[in-house]
Amino acid sequence: MKYHFTVSPDFTPEHIPGWFIFNTWMQKALSEVIHLELYDNFESQRKAIQSNEIDIIYANPYDAAFLVREKKFAPLVKPTGKSDEAIIAVHESSPFTCVEDLQPGTRISRTDDPDVNMMSMIMLEPAELDKQNTQSCTRDTYILVAKDLIQGNADIGFFLAEAFHDLSKLVRTQMRALVSSHIRIISHSLLVGPRMQPLTDTLLTALTDMSSSSPAVLESLGFDGWTLINEEEMEFMIDLMDTLE
Amino acid sequence: MSLPDMQPDEITGEYQEHTLTYHDQSSRRIFVTEIETPYPDGHLIVSRTNPEGYITHLNDSFVEMSGYSRQELINAPHYILRHPDMPAAAFQDLWQTVTSGKKWNGYVKNLRKDGGFYWVYATVIPNIRKNSVVSYTSVRRKPARKKIEHYASLYKTMLSSEHSA
Ligand SMILES: Cc1cc2nc3c(=O)[nH]c(=O)nc-3n(C[C@H](O)[C@H](O)[C@H](O)COP(=O)(O)O)c2cc1C
Repeated sequence: MKYHFTVSPDFTPEHIPGWFIFNTWMQKALSEVIHLELYDNFESQRKAIQSNEIDIIYANPYDAAFLVREKKFAPLVKPTGKSDEAIIAVHESSPFTCVEDLQPGTRISRTDDPDVNMMSMIMLEPAELDKQNTQSCTRDTYILVAKDLIQGNADIGFFLAEAFHDLSKLVRTQMRALVSSHIRIISHSLLVGPRMQPLTDTLLTALTDMSSSSPAVLESLGFDGWTLINEEEMEFMIDLMDTLE
Repeated sequence: MSLPDMQPDEITGEYQEHTLTYHDQSSRRIFVTEIETPYPDGHLIVSRTNPEGYITHLNDSFVEMSGYSRQELINAPHYILRHPDMPAAAFQDLWQTVTSGKKWNGYVKNLRKDGGFYWVYATVIPNIRKNSVVSYTSVRRKPARKKIEHYASLYKTMLSSEHSA
């Protein structure tokens, strides 16, 4: 049987080769053929999931509820010590020093990353800003969001914290974080679909051994290792996402 | 399980004494100060209860903001945070909404272990599995200052009419 693997489209571009290396590693570990398909955006990825084309996914927490509840995916692991956090950034010389300084009409630049956008909109609530009284522009990448801030096309930008810190120093130093999230519970995770679940035990063993057996593969992904996720923990994260939706 | 009375040596600042009686008829002595702990930017306070309202899960922000230790909070009734300035009607509305399977949103003034308080904007949802409620999850976030002012005065009015009723 040939399986299909995909990765949440919000991965940092530097890690694309890393995901191909990981897929090669996974094929060896399982002695199975797995095709890695990368989608440009969340919508096309969701369509593929919807039509049962995906067997294993490194998923955005926003999609976890749908994958687990509707598509019967099982959570396996998450990257050790990493959680999804959002940063709202401004131009380095922006007059704004805290969220409450922002006014209705604020221009937002962002990507289509659903969990980052959700967390960021929540962080705007203390300023009584919402979808109705702000203007949003959706960009394909975080680099383009940064560009909008630097060129003065937007007042604030929404970033995945990791993506913000991964920007080149030249770009990053022209911006400043206005507010950062500290949620800690929300993270990406690796989930397996029904067709591939017979391979779960073999895969889990290989994944948990990875930091000693294949540290270079992990390094190419920018991870320190994998941490097991139990069902309980996954349910808590899904409940949290449901609550925020 | 009833909650232990608050102790004067755990309170920071000048305080007033009250006795709260909860829906399960248990009561305890509390001490209340006028010291507000501002809601930290970018944090979410998360907890989950069993269907009876006893805390089963919580995150670090919950521990930090409430002033209690994790051990004190796990298995405690969620009313451990009830502040005497909150009208009963607000929580009636909460419970009525979530027991009928819907999501509840509201502004809540919470009592800290040290007698101080903090305001939150809270969402509570029932977690329904196989047609029955297995737990409730709540997430709190930072409220706008104007909203706090509005609800502080509204709750005062509601409270005085509850007292005179
Ligand atoms: C998930 C969940 C979260 C709650 N969070 C709070 C809270 O933060 N503060 C609070 O005073 N009551 C909270 N409540 C309501 C309490 O259970 C309780 O109804 C309230 O404190 C009033 O106490 P009483 O019902 O015993 O009078 C929560 C209830 C649920 C189900």
